[in-house]
Amino acid sequence: MAAGETRRLRLWQGRIETEVEIAGEGLPLVYLHGPWGLPPDRPFIARLAAARRVYSVRHPGTAPGDPEAIHALSGWLDLIVYYGELLDRLELGAPATIVGHSFGALVAAEIAAAAPKSVQRLVLIDPIGLWRDERPVKNWMLLSEAERRSSLFADPASEAAKNFFAVPDGAGERVDVLSQFVWAQACTGKFIWPLPDRGLKRRIHRIAAPTLIVWGEDDGIVTVDYAAEFSSRIAGAEVEIVGKAGHLPHLEHGETVAKAVLAFIGR
Amino acid sequence: MKVCMFHLMPYRDLPADFEQRYSSAYIDPLWFDVADAEKVGQYYNWTLDELLHAAKAGLHGLCTNQHHQNVYGFMANPSLMASVLAKGTNGQNVAIIQIGSTLPSTSPPTRIAEEYAILDCISGGRLVAGFPTGLPSDATISNAVVPIEQRERFREALALVTKAWSAKEIFAWNGKHYQLGMVNLWPRPIQQPHPPIWIPGSGISSTAEYVVEHDHCFCHLSYYGAKNAAAVTDRYWELAARKGRDDNPYRLSFLQLIGVAGSDAEAEDIYGPHAEYFFHKLLYTPPHYQQIPGCLEYPALRQALAHNPRAEVKLGELKAKDLYERGFVMVGSPRTVREQLMEYMKRLRVGHLLSLLHFGSMPTELCKSNIDLFAREVLPHLAPLWDDKYEDRWWPEKLRAKRPAAAMAVA
Repeated sequence: MAAGETRRLRLWQGRIETEVEIAGEGLPLVYLHGPWGLPPDRPFIARLAAARRVYSVRHPGTAPGDPEAIHALSGWLDLIVYYGELLDRLELGAPATIVGHSFGALVAAEIAAAAPKSVQRLVLIDPIGLWRDERPVKNWMLLSEAERRSSLFADPASEAAKNFFAVPDGAGERVDVLSQFVWAQACTGKFIWPLPDRGLKRRIHRIAAPTLIVWGEDDGIVTVDYAAEFSSRIAGAEVEIVGKAGHLPHLEHGETVAKAVLAFIGR
Repeated sequence: MKVCMFHLMPYRDLPADFEQRYSSAYIDPLWFDVADAEKVGQYYNWTLDELLHAAKAGLHGLCTNQHHQNVYGFMANPSLMASVLAKGTNGQNVAIIQIGSTLPSTSPPTRIAEEYAILDCISGGRLVAGFPTGLPSDATISNAVVPIEQRERFREALALVTKAWSAKEIFAWNGKHYQLGMVNLWPRPIQQPHPPIWIPGSGISSTAEYVVEHDHCFCHLSYYGAKNAAAVTDRYWELAARKGRDDNPYRLSFLQLIGVAGSDAEAEDIYGPHAEYFFHKLLYTPPHYQQIPGCLEYPALRQALAHNPRAEVKLGELKAKDLYERGFVMVGSPRTVREQLMEYMKRLRVGHLLSLLHFGSMPTELCKSNIDLFAREVLPHLAPLWDDKYEDRWWPEKLRAKRPAAAMAVA
C-alpha cells in the first residue's frame, strides 16, 4: 500500500488516544475494521485507496500504545457517541461515506441510524448486529483453531487465509501480532458479548443513506441469510453476494469486493 | 499448619468413551447424553457426607467451590452446600471455607455478601470468605460476563461486599458496574469487619498482586502438584517481600490431590483409575474455552505470549504411574505421604494445605477410608508446622486457639 499519513488523535476528554491511517486521493471514505483489528484489512484498504482518500480508524484500545483506552468506554451509547466525536474530528467537510466490515459494519449502521444526516453512503460487509434464533451467529471468540479457519474463510487454504493467520518468526514481532489479534477481539467483544444483538433492529429503520450490503456466500459466522434480514430493514438497500467467500469476502476476493464498493459509492 | 479437605463434586460415572465423544469437559457435554439426575442427587449427598466425615475425622476446614456447565465439578452455588456443612459442624473446631462464590458472575454481588453473612451466622463465625475471579468459561460463557470486564468487575464487587459487611450507615453505591441506591445488608457476618479473605489464582499475575496489596491469603490452586509448584510460590514470596509483607506461611494456601493406603503399592493400585479419570476426563478442556480474548489483561496477555508456550502436557497420554511420578497426584502409605508433604509444605511455605481427598470416580467408601487414614496418620504430623513462629491471621478468630496436643497422641 502506498505510504500514507498516520494521524494521532486524543479524544473523549483526553482519555482515548487513537490513530487514523489516511491513504489515497479523492473523495473521502471512512473505513471501520472488524473484530481482528485494522492490520489484517490493509490489503483491502489499499484497493479502496486507489480511488478514494481512505480514513481507516481504529477501534478504541487497538491503537498502538494505548491498549487501556478501551476502559474509557462503558457501553453501547458511549461507543456510538465516541465514533460521532471521531468522525467530527476527521473534518471531512461533508456527510461521510462509511464502509465497515463485521463489527465495524454494525458500528457504521448504528451511526447511520443515530444520525442519518451525517452519513452519505453506507457499505456493510458481512455485518453482525441482527439475530435469528434459528440461525445463531457463531461466536468467533470461542472457536477451536480448525473451526475458526473454516468459519472465517470459504477456502481455509487460500492465500488470503494464510496471510490472515500468518505469525512472524521473530519473537518480538510475534508477540506484537498475536497480542493485537487477541486484544482487538477483546476490545470489540466488549460491546457485543455474549451475542451480537444490541438492539439495532429497533433503530435500523432510521438509516437514510443509500446502502450496499456485501456478503460472503459461505460465511460461517453470520450466514448469508442475514443479507435479507438487513436489506429488508433498510429502505432501498442493494445486496451483493460474493461467491466462494466466507466472513471476510473483502480479503478472500478483495478485487471483486473493492470494485463493487467503489462502483456503488461512485454513483 | 491448617489441613483442609477440598471437594469438587465431579460426575463420578462418565462413560468410558467420554473423551472420544466430547472435546471438552466444559460447555459441550450434553446432560441428557451422559448424565442422570438421580445419580447426581446421590453425588451431592455423598459429597456432603464426605466433607462432614472429614470434619469429624479432624480436618481443620471444609472447602467448596463454584463451577458451571461441566462434568468436572458442579457446585453451581457453593453457598447451598456450605449451609449444610455449617449446620452439620456446629460446635466443631472446623472452618467453612468458600473458595468460593464468583463475584463477577453474580449481580448484584451483595447477594454473595448476604449468603456469606448467613453462613458466618449459622456457623457461629467459622467462615473463610474466598473470592475467585472464576474460570474464563464459567464467568464468560456460562454467566455471560464480558471477558474484558471480568477483573474490574471482580475488584469493584469485592470492594462493595466488604463495605456492605461493615458499614455502620446505609450507603449508596454508584460504581462502574454496579449501582445500588440503599445498601444496608441483613444479616452481617459475626466476624467484623470481615471474615478472613482468601483469593485463588493459578499463577502470579495482577490477582496475586492485588492479594498481597490487600493483605489477603493467596490460594494457589494447581493440579500439577507440590512437586511442580516452586516456580509459582517462589514468585509469590518474592512479590510479598517486594510489597513489604512478612513471610508468614499462612499467606499461602495450596491444593494437592492425595491418596493414602496401607502401603505404597496398594495406594498406587487403588487410586490409579481415579487419578486417570480425573486427568483424562475431568480436566479435559481445550484452549479455546480457556484463552478467551479479554480474560487476560493486556500486560498479562503479552507476557503469556512472550513465554513460548511450554510444550503442552498431553494429560490424556499420562498413565497413573506417570501422574504419580510427576507429582500431580501424591499417593502412598501414610509415611510416604507425610514425608513428601512435610518436605514440600516447608519448601513452598504453605500455611493451609487443601487436600483433595476425593478425586475423579472415587467411590464414597474409598474417599472416607482415604480421609480416615490421612486424618489419623498424616495430619497430626503436619499440624504443628509453623505454629511455633507464626499466627494464622487468615483463619476465623474463634478457631485460632491451639488445638489440644492430644491430637498428636495418635502419632
